[in-house]
Amino acid sequence: MDYLLEAFDVLLATIRDILPILALIISFQLFILRQPIPHLRRLIIGGIYLVIGLAMFLIGLEKALFPVGKMMAAQLSSPTFLGGENSVLTDWRTYGWVYVFAALIGFSTTIAEPSLLAVAIKAGEVSSGVISPWGLRITVAIGVAIGIALGAYRIVTGTPLHIYILVGYIIVILQTFTTPKKMIALAYDSGGVTTSTVTVPLVAALGLGLSEAVPGRNPALDGFGLIAFASLFPIITVMGYAQITHWFVKRQSNKSTKGEKE
Amino acid sequence: MDVTNKTNNLAIFLKKLWISFKDLLPIIVVIAFFQIVVLQQPLPHFAEVLFGSVLVVFGLMFFVQGLEMGLFPIGETMAHELARKGSLFWLLIFAFLLGFSTTIAEPALIAISAEAARIAADSELISSSQESMQRYALGLRLSVAFSVGIAILLGVLRILRGWPVHYLIIGGYIVVMLMTLVAPKEIIGIAYDAGGVTTSTVTVPLVAALGVGLASIIKGRSPLLDGFGLIAFASLLPMIFVMGYGMIIF
Repeated sequence: MDYLLEAFDVLLATIRDILPILALIISFQLFILRQPIPHLRRLIIGGIYLVIGLAMFLIGLEKALFPVGKMMAAQLSSPTFLGGENSVLTDWRTYGWVYVFAALIGFSTTIAEPSLLAVAIKAGEVSSGVISPWGLRITVAIGVAIGIALGAYRIVTGTPLHIYILVGYIIVILQTFTTPKKMIALAYDSGGVTTSTVTVPLVAALGLGLSEAVPGRNPALDGFGLIAFASLFPIITVMGYAQITHWFVKRQSNKSTKGEKE
Repeated sequence: MDVTNKTNNLAIFLKKLWISFKDLLPIIVVIAFFQIVVLQQPLPHFAEVLFGSVLVVFGLMFFVQGLEMGLFPIGETMAHELARKGSLFWLLIFAFLLGFSTTIAEPALIAISAEAARIAADSELISSSQESMQRYALGLRLSVAFSVGIAILLGVLRILRGWPVHYLIIGGYIVVMLMTLVAPKEIIGIAYDAGGVTTSTVTVPLVAALGVGLASIIKGRSPLLDGFGLIAFASLLPMIFVMGYGMIIF
């Protein structure tokens, strides 16, 4: 009975959340554009799907994604797992498995990310084949893996978030000046598309769980930030990749012109 | 004839379910590996997690289906029609409202805000009453939604006016850095995450649809390069607005 009431609550909240979108579309179509709504039936069915899907997703999130993220963090940082009395719980080196887990989650979810595939294909087109879609996806995945692992390290050591991010921003700005123009926008967007609706709660829960498990860390201050890392580092790796391939291509063409001259 | 139709529908349904499942698959593989090989113990609360995962897969499938049936085609045609109508004012209002309303419905944001409220209540930054937590969570969501609305509006304006992307981005970064120096530290983590949270399953394809709808109207614009700035803005502005919200609240 409890479950049903809970589900009903979520459903109501979901309807309330979807309503603005539908209201927006309908009012614009009818009042501003003064046209009848095209494919009205599809819109209504789509709206029902949205509501049901969102409600189910949110419930599933509460039951699975969030708890799992926290459980993994708790298990991988529990004193029994880490080796009992012998290990120092505040030494960052003790938490090796956490970093590995974080990196693997980041890497694997990014490789599978469909939005990234779309961006990667465009990147191939825009760069006239210099950047391969697979190359871009792996580069972004590595960026995300490094990002989340580094973020986990930051939570364990408790250093302030903004220092990392500000340094990251400065690196990005410097890179922006030296990257071929066409790749800049793509690099920035690679960072944006990495965190899907499924990975965000999991990664966030990982961070929060870690901050709760490591002694001396405050979840409110240290728990967040993994998502920010996961979005920032891919930008750096992608621009680095663009710069390196660009440099290689230039070297090749320089070599061949030298050869022709001789 | 009817049987073929029904089997076709079933095939499409299963395919969509598979696509949704693929989103979750890497997580399952990595966790299974860790649970079996590294931790060597069964996953706690396995039944509940399994049930929740099934809900996630189905929920995501229906949600994406709803988006593809309802929101994206209409968003694209509406952007097209509004641009054709030639009214800049209404186009910008539409862009703002679209960014705002889709962000309010963004599942990841709903979940993260609720979690942030719980954390804040635990750390006694806000009172632990249900009402207070809900207000805080809603406040977060509204700040983020508002910022994404402005971001999309700015992005559309940028496409129409042709302002270069990198100057605006760098400007945005500088604002973020300055605000970080004065914002209360309790909000910084959430603020930085907010940017990454918003650009996900709902916003990204929608923004792409908007970009395509607009670029098809405006001559000489490439949807690939111009649509891109929208996503970058949508990750940047939430940070600024959430820090602002934190400065007001704390």
